[in-house]
Amino acid sequence: MVQQLTTGERQNALVILLCIFVVGLAMAALGGFDPFGVHGVVVMLYSGGIAALVMKHYYDPEPAPGRQSQYYDDPIKVAIAFSLAWAVFGMFMGVWTAAQLAWPDLAFDSGWSSFGRLRPTHTTGVIFGFGGNALIATAFHVVQRTSRARLAGQISPWFVLLGYNLFCIVAVTGYFMGVTQSKEYAEPEWYADLWLVVVWVTFFLLFLATIARRKEPHIYVANWYFMAFIVVVAILHIVNNLAVPISFARAKSYTIWPGVQDAMVQWWYGHNAVAFFLTAGFLGMLYYYLPIRAQRPIFSYRLSILSFWGITFFYMWAGSHHLHYTALPHWVQNLGMTFSVMLLVPSWASAGNALLTLNGAWHKVRDDATLRFITVAVVFYGLSTFEGSFLAIRPVNALSHYTDWTVGHVHAGALGWVAFITFGSLYTLVPSLWKREGMYSPALVEVHFWLAVTGTLIYVFAMWNSGILQGLMWRTYTQEGTLAYSFLDSLVAMYPYYIARAFGGLLFLLGAMVAAFNIWMTVREAPAAAEKQADIPDTGLAPGASPAPAE
Amino acid sequence: MPELFHRKIERTAIGFVIAIIAAASVGGIVEIAPLFTIHQTVEDTPDMRLYTPLELAGRDIYIREGCYGCHSQMIRTLRDEVERYGPYSLAVESKYDHPMLWGSKRTGPDLARIGGKYSDFWHVAHLTNPRDVVPESNMPAYRWLARTALDTGDLGLHLRAQQAVRVPYTDEMVANAAADAFGQAAPNSPFAAGVTQRYGEKTQVSAFDGVVPRLTEMDALVAYLQVLGRLTDAAYANTAAPQQAPNPTN
Repeated sequence: MVQQLTTGERQNALVILLCIFVVGLAMAALGGFDPFGVHGVVVMLYSGGIAALVMKHYYDPEPAPGRQSQYYDDPIKVAIAFSLAWAVFGMFMGVWTAAQLAWPDLAFDSGWSSFGRLRPTHTTGVIFGFGGNALIATAFHVVQRTSRARLAGQISPWFVLLGYNLFCIVAVTGYFMGVTQSKEYAEPEWYADLWLVVVWVTFFLLFLATIARRKEPHIYVANWYFMAFIVVVAILHIVNNLAVPISFARAKSYTIWPGVQDAMVQWWYGHNAVAFFLTAGFLGMLYYYLPIRAQRPIFSYRLSILSFWGITFFYMWAGSHHLHYTALPHWVQNLGMTFSVMLLVPSWASAGNALLTLNGAWHKVRDDATLRFITVAVVFYGLSTFEGSFLAIRPVNALSHYTDWTVGHVHAGALGWVAFITFGSLYTLVPSLWKREGMYSPALVEVHFWLAVTGTLIYVFAMWNSGILQGLMWRTYTQEGTLAYSFLDSLVAMYPYYIARAFGGLLFLLGAMVAAFNIWMTVREAPAAAEKQADIPDTGLAPGASPAPAE
Repeated sequence: MPELFHRKIERTAIGFVIAIIAAASVGGIVEIAPLFTIHQTVEDTPDMRLYTPLELAGRDIYIREGCYGCHSQMIRTLRDEVERYGPYSLAVESKYDHPMLWGSKRTGPDLARIGGKYSDFWHVAHLTNPRDVVPESNMPAYRWLARTALDTGDLGLHLRAQQAVRVPYTDEMVANAAADAFGQAAPNSPFAAGVTQRYGEKTQVSAFDGVVPRLTEMDALVAYLQVLGRLTDAAYANTAAPQQAPNPTN
């Protein structure tokens, strides 16, 4: 890792780490025993630990002069490791919180372990920890291979990756201490948000500079999606998190947005975190790893264009469907509903494009569990985008909103689509990155596949049942025209489903642990692949030999 | 057939980024900006009052503990919701909420109008262990709130930041934040009078957790729960089937 850096770069890395360490020190000194001060210590430990690693290898030999004619894969490898670690952590927190809903005393008698504080550790752990690191890994991989160019920086990829994980660590440790803005999927406080802006701008510049280096005249579809993911998440993050801290020595802040406007900004952010974090980026994965794994070109270039711009334009209108029948003005609700329904067209265009790509390769879907992961992901993408448009219709939303149906919908997308496409991509990426013949154990991939499918189905069916039942119980009237059920009746009816959902989640967690083990063993044990084609960037010297997927 | 226009865009990285920004900006601008300019978005209500420092501290505890993850504070304009929880919520009721806590999930019931429906004593017992009061409940127990003293030292800073986001706290309120927090939970103390003087006669001054001299996080959270839905009576005037605003004497 450090061996890939020249002495000058090692020095620069140490200077950056020292700056971060000093910021941490200042935070600790100013904040004292406030969570702000504790986070200062976290920042010091994190930057200090990495600086120790760099110093340990400071006098290692310089990298070979030919490194510029190689792809830069070290940060990708570390990102995969982070991603898997977060997956296990985040899913474990999910199982724990799910169990707390069925057995509420499954907590310690103190704040850190109560449901309200654990819930964001689950959502942040899986969305930003697992998903975010997988996105960084695949974005770095795909942009290099499809541009046939090395990443446009030596330290900046590390800065993006390690800085991003510092953000995740500060976020999650903050939740345990009760540090939260309460904005869903944007819980971290102002200083973590500021830090993420720095990291994200670096990510954007690095990505753009790498694309500018490309040896292909056209920018490949997958990169459109990664670019949209990076650019739009930046916009959303900045606008939604505008806040006034109570002091520069305290963690607490108040958002500048009041009441109804805050609700709109929050769900404009929240829904597009789904769109551009959990959809666009993962569609980028789909457009690269699906054709690679299936060995088939993408079915239609024009469908790719249609779905890309459809998603980029329509999604940003859809957020207000989270606020049907609320105090948000009716006209905004109508716009949100309309665009949510229209969104089905580009969504299904993507799903259809992916499924048609598999024509001629369906026998591989039967035999290859990795390709099956990707296929199931596409199916769940199609299902959950249909469900999303359906739930956004006002009268449907009257029933589903506030119930577990929403939770089921989110997990159909998060487990069935996001996690499946991620694992499919990782199983494709890991052997090629570490130059192995294949995964350590194809049988374990198969085991993981069935654990994940079973877990997802149990989870989603439990939540569909509980959500619809809950919604119906709330609105059932007796013949005398009074409400038939108390709220408590509806809660009591939920318990069996809460147990089922915790079990489904447990299966999914076990699958993720199998994946982590299998990937670990692939890196450690699997036999090296015979070099078939040189996997190197096009430097203009050697003939370009890297396999670029067809458009 | 002539070359697709798109073929040109996808040959320029900067152009592509600008196109993404353009396409993605429209929706947000059209839906958000008018919410600040269209006057009817938030109703005018002369009787809308501010959170007291104690209630604001309670609100911050509500946020800290993630209560919004399971409880909404937004009664929708649906018959069953109005009959179950009370008049539907108005935008003005969260006018001073930074952030709003409308919520998105009801693992527990809506709390938009919980204020005044139960006694302080009930709330304390319920928060200490929900299953003592509601055996079937799956809500976490919050015993430590009654053990933890409320940190009032920063309350002035909190009100100052609220001022910065345009909540109309006066400088006098900021200066007296800590004393008012204490006074609201100590009915017979010399500090109590200042609270109603600054925040209005309708402010509930009460020994929320039943213990006067020690101000705990339990006091603050109960004070907040008891004010929910009672910052203004506008919602009761607005509903087709008028209901009485709760006016308990605990």
